[in-house]
Amino acid sequence: METTPLLRVEGVGKAYYSNVVLKNITFSLEEGRILGVVGENGAGKSTLMNILFGMSVIEKTGGYTGSIFVNGEEVHFRRPKDALNAGIGMVHQEFSLIPGFTVTENILLNRESLNYTVAEEVFGSCLRTLNRPAMTTRAESAIKKLNVDLDGETLIAELPVGHKQFTEIAREIANSSTKILVLDEPTAVLTESEADILLASMRRLADAGIAIIFISHRLNEVLTICDDIVVLRDGEVVLNTPTAQTSVRGMAAAMVGRKVESIAPENNEDTRLIGETLLEVDHLWVDMPGETVRNVNLAIRQGEIFGIGGLAGQGKLGIANGIMGLAPAGGTVRFDGKPLALNQPSAPLAAGISAVSEDRRGVGLLLEESIAWNIIFSAMQNQGKFLKPLAGGLVRVRDEAAICACAQRYIADLEIKCVNELQIVQELSGGNQQKVCLAKAFETNPRLLFVAEPTRGIDVGAKKVVLDTLQRYNREFGMTIVMVSSELEELRSICDRIAITDRGRIAGILPASEPSENFGILMMGTAHEGAQTA
Amino acid sequence: MNKSDGISQFFIRNAVPLVFLVVSAVAIPISQFSPSYLIQELLIRLSRNAFLVLSLLIPIMAGMGLNFGMVLGAMAGQIGLIFVCDWNIVGVQGLLLAAIISTPLAILFGFLCGIVLNKAQGREMVTSYILGFFMNGVYQLVVLYGFGSLVPIVSAKLLLSRGYGIRNVTNLDGMRRSLDELIPLNIAGIEIPVATFLLIGIFCLFVLWFRKTKLGQDMRATGQDMVVARSAGIRVMRTRIISIVISTVLACYGQIVFLQNVGTMNTYNSHEQAGVFAIAALLVGGATVSRASILNVFTGIILFHLVFIVSPMAGKYLLGDAQIGEYFRVFISYGIIALALVLHAWRRMNDKERARAQFRGAEGGAA
Repeated sequence: METTPLLRVEGVGKAYYSNVVLKNITFSLEEGRILGVVGENGAGKSTLMNILFGMSVIEKTGGYTGSIFVNGEEVHFRRPKDALNAGIGMVHQEFSLIPGFTVTENILLNRESLNYTVAEEVFGSCLRTLNRPAMTTRAESAIKKLNVDLDGETLIAELPVGHKQFTEIAREIANSSTKILVLDEPTAVLTESEADILLASMRRLADAGIAIIFISHRLNEVLTICDDIVVLRDGEVVLNTPTAQTSVRGMAAAMVGRKVESIAPENNEDTRLIGETLLEVDHLWVDMPGETVRNVNLAIRQGEIFGIGGLAGQGKLGIANGIMGLAPAGGTVRFDGKPLALNQPSAPLAAGISAVSEDRRGVGLLLEESIAWNIIFSAMQNQGKFLKPLAGGLVRVRDEAAICACAQRYIADLEIKCVNELQIVQELSGGNQQKVCLAKAFETNPRLLFVAEPTRGIDVGAKKVVLDTLQRYNREFGMTIVMVSSELEELRSICDRIAITDRGRIAGILPASEPSENFGILMMGTAHEGAQTA
Repeated sequence: MNKSDGISQFFIRNAVPLVFLVVSAVAIPISQFSPSYLIQELLIRLSRNAFLVLSLLIPIMAGMGLNFGMVLGAMAGQIGLIFVCDWNIVGVQGLLLAAIISTPLAILFGFLCGIVLNKAQGREMVTSYILGFFMNGVYQLVVLYGFGSLVPIVSAKLLLSRGYGIRNVTNLDGMRRSLDELIPLNIAGIEIPVATFLLIGIFCLFVLWFRKTKLGQDMRATGQDMVVARSAGIRVMRTRIISIVISTVLACYGQIVFLQNVGTMNTYNSHEQAGVFAIAALLVGGATVSRASILNVFTGIILFHLVFIVSPMAGKYLLGDAQIGEYFRVFISYGIIALALVLHAWRRMNDKERARAQFRGAEGGAA
């Protein structure tokens, strides 16, 4: 090797206690090059960046293995400040800008140019005054390096999203010691034209000698701008190649991989009747923080299991929460031909739609109540079940015997592991809590059931029961099920069709039998034009 | 549509000062006060209150809202005045000594208050309000039982007849108006407290200069977004404590200036109202919980006290009862504070909604 690379990562591994999230990561980055890092959610990108930037969470959980070299010297960052001093600048996904400050003030936040004042002799340097002209010059030179049209005197609050992103990047460049710039999904919030400008700026910076690590889900962008590409999957580097030697399809295949479908039951003899459209969603928007839905059109048919997948933050969870009235929403939703009122949680329940929330402990369960009470709660509240008249119908009281019988039936049916039906739900394991959630939804006899992240955080055995149960209820009772999940393979194992969300819209709907990488391509936003098959 | 939007925005933003302007425009003729009397009264009240109200600016800048904890500073100032009275030091020298004695006390109170408020982030206002009540108890205990027994007080005129504890009313005759009349000026029968206004002017310059310092910049950053400020390496907690300390010390000086003008001190009550009236005046000037300027301070004091001066007389002529005006004044100060808090919460909710709608994008907004 004739030159030492600017950054070299060698055999880096990280485990959070017994959970291994990174294994033997090795790559290097040279001056003026752009390295694309891609991978699914949970592939280990964030952990890798946390290590690189010395985030405290790494030290707190026992550090990492392997070594990192900057300019040929081994480094071990314990605080973000160490990383900054070594010349690593990071632009995070969410903005860290002060809205009421100007662009200049934000670029030089806590690194302002200062003037001498007499007061500092007594009270210290914090009473130096700001040197505005010098600050303007410094900020302007940073903006110039980016070659974007950004006025230093504008307030951040008045800037469009794209320009906020540029301000963040300018802040890192204004720090003259920055040699390596890490951009964590900088284009996720940008419009296409803004993204193009950003990519051009990145190229300029690279030409000026700054090495860039570019994390993105948009494979096309990675392909256009990067010199080298590293693909992570399950904490390992599965592909490390110059850009010229790969393609969108190649990357997508490497990312999604071909996982063994261990939990998937065979789609045995399919005698179901897929009927007419049951739920029709037209131009739905949902204002759910972190899962914004911008414009979704869907038609779900009677009797099918419909999957909704996509990366975190692209709006898949928002769809279910919006229709169930749990987040502010707009658009039109028709159920069984009749319009469904939005923003009223009681409306979908009355129409025969139930949901199993992704937030099991928060929304799904009354944690300090018994299993029986949890299972019958929705049915009793909304449908008046398990109530018997007393004193000639003057009052209605709970029918405890019926409640117990019902709970016992579900405990046997769904294999809920517990002492008896009166055990407090809080004491159950995650998997068993999830089964209680399912039982609660089943007991309302819904015609359509939303299930969000049903297998998140539960063990393999419970996972199988949950998926099998969903399939059984679909087969035996003709219950239409919409399953929202981040696990593509899980969706493919039981769903008939799968929609993939991207930037709050449906990127495409494919039959579950399509190969994984086609879903991968939809997820990565490479096919977001013209793929609206709905 | 944009233009009418701008006009309605202007009315919403300035609703409080406009209401006061209308009320005083109606009440002034009814009260039958002469212009020269009104001007004289307003000048007195400006010189009296400006310092106290100005002391509120810095915590607002640091995002800690309205500092109800300024009564702690007022208590410190009163303790200083009690000592000076006891030692029988008169005139401006007495005021200066009172300020010197009370400064370390005010710094200590401010520091403690800052620490408490750092533990109650997001609830600074209610915490500082209750803290004021609590410290009032401590103040009363010390002044009522400690002074004359543990703390040596010589002058019998100050002490209660039982031998310890300060009397209800402390006479500040020796210092009365000593600062106001330091540089006498009389224009057309109107006395102008030049020295006090000079002090206020210097203080305004200080606030303006302070905004330009590194510490001021850090405070503004902290006030707008604590998380961002911290991630940029600003020592957020320290900055917040400093802002409260500065405010408390200034409130202490403000109370001394206020009392030298009044000439007597209600030992156990003077400080209580200092906070509420200063805050109400600032809000009347169009300030909000998160934004306040020097202009707000002066407009606020003028409008608020104009209504104060004229409403009892107007009430008397209109309804035959001066009490109604007094009632009106207390009712209004608390009402204004409540209104300002509600408006602030409402505006924040609106801003948040607008930000989210913007994020959602144009195409979704149709429905």
